[in-house]
Amino acid sequence: MHEMSLCEGILDVLQQQAEQQQFVRVKTVWLEIGKLSSVEPDALRFGFDVVMKGSLAESATLEIIEVDGQAWCFACQQQIIIEHRYDGCPLCGAYQLQINDGEQMRIKELEVA
Amino acid sequence: MCIDCGCNAGDAKIVGHSHDHDHDHAHSHDHEHHHENRLSPAHAHAPTINPARMVKIEQDILGKNNQYAQVNREYFRQHKIFTLNLVSSPGSGKTSLLTKTIELLKAELSISVIEGDQQTSNDAERIRATGVKAVQINTGKGCHLDAHGIGHAIETLAPEDNSLLFIENVGNLVCPSAFDLGEAHKVVILSVTEGEDKPLKYPDMFAAADIMLLNKIDLLPHVDFDVTQCIEYARRVNPRIKVLQVSARTGEGLALWLQWLKASHSVALIG
Repeated sequence: MHEMSLCEGILDVLQQQAEQQQFVRVKTVWLEIGKLSSVEPDALRFGFDVVMKGSLAESATLEIIEVDGQAWCFACQQQIIIEHRYDGCPLCGAYQLQINDGEQMRIKELEVA
Repeated sequence: MCIDCGCNAGDAKIVGHSHDHDHDHAHSHDHEHHHENRLSPAHAHAPTINPARMVKIEQDILGKNNQYAQVNREYFRQHKIFTLNLVSSPGSGKTSLLTKTIELLKAELSISVIEGDQQTSNDAERIRATGVKAVQINTGKGCHLDAHGIGHAIETLAPEDNSLLFIENVGNLVCPSAFDLGEAHKVVILSVTEGEDKPLKYPDMFAAADIMLLNKIDLLPHVDFDVTQCIEYARRVNPRIKVLQVSARTGEGLALWLQWLKASHSVALIG
């Protein structure tokens, strides 16, 4: 549900950047979305098309780069990859994990004209 | 259109504001004012048709919300207002727990409340019946409160210095987890009439919260709810989460909750 708000946040950034960096159209938007962020990529794609209608990014292509969830396991002292927040360490099963990547929702790059 | 920052508040509206205030506190927003005509080709600075090019951005999508949240947080810090963001699914007993907490604390502390719901002012009215100030934000179609709306609600509510401010978020265990409002802590409320595996089903919220209040424990004899298992699930997604077991109806466990509130409020006064 909050993917619509996120798309409005994206549009705000695009409008602000259009002024600062002197462009009038956005053709492609690259987002970096962590697998542990609370974002559903499909809902984001749907919201993106709706929110960008009538804006400088109407019909722009949305490219989503998914980033793996990573954590430090305190039990086995190793950097590990996890699919979900509730996962245990794939090596030792412990839940004492410090997540250190995969929570981001970032606009990375734009193709503009 | 809001007067102070010229924003278009969209579907959200703040209810409980029937007269004009003089707002003399410095709650400033950094707004960008967009002039659409500058975006049209006729007014663009480039003399020829722009070729396609790449622009590096590297900005957080929630950057704007986070900026507003920082403004709110700074306001709370300056005025020594201890702010909690209460989150839960609908029907967890959030409002009952809040009214009970207010009844027990209002003699000692100045308290005010921002209520968030999609529609109706029912909850703000329940809060006002306890004798404390409350404003209602109706989010319309929105599923969460955002930091910008909270900034405006603070202007309307004008919480006292050195006070306790509760923000009761929209009943939803998903979306409010992503939106920082400037609060000191998110407090997640889960009732024993729900499933004990909710921390696993909605891990983002339990990871974002610092405290879990397990409510309606007076009903434990009548439901199949495994408290130990629930706490274990919550700690899986958030090893640091504090857990308090309470009943808003019987008052069981509330002494510890009040003790935590008063202690945390005292720490906030130090600044």
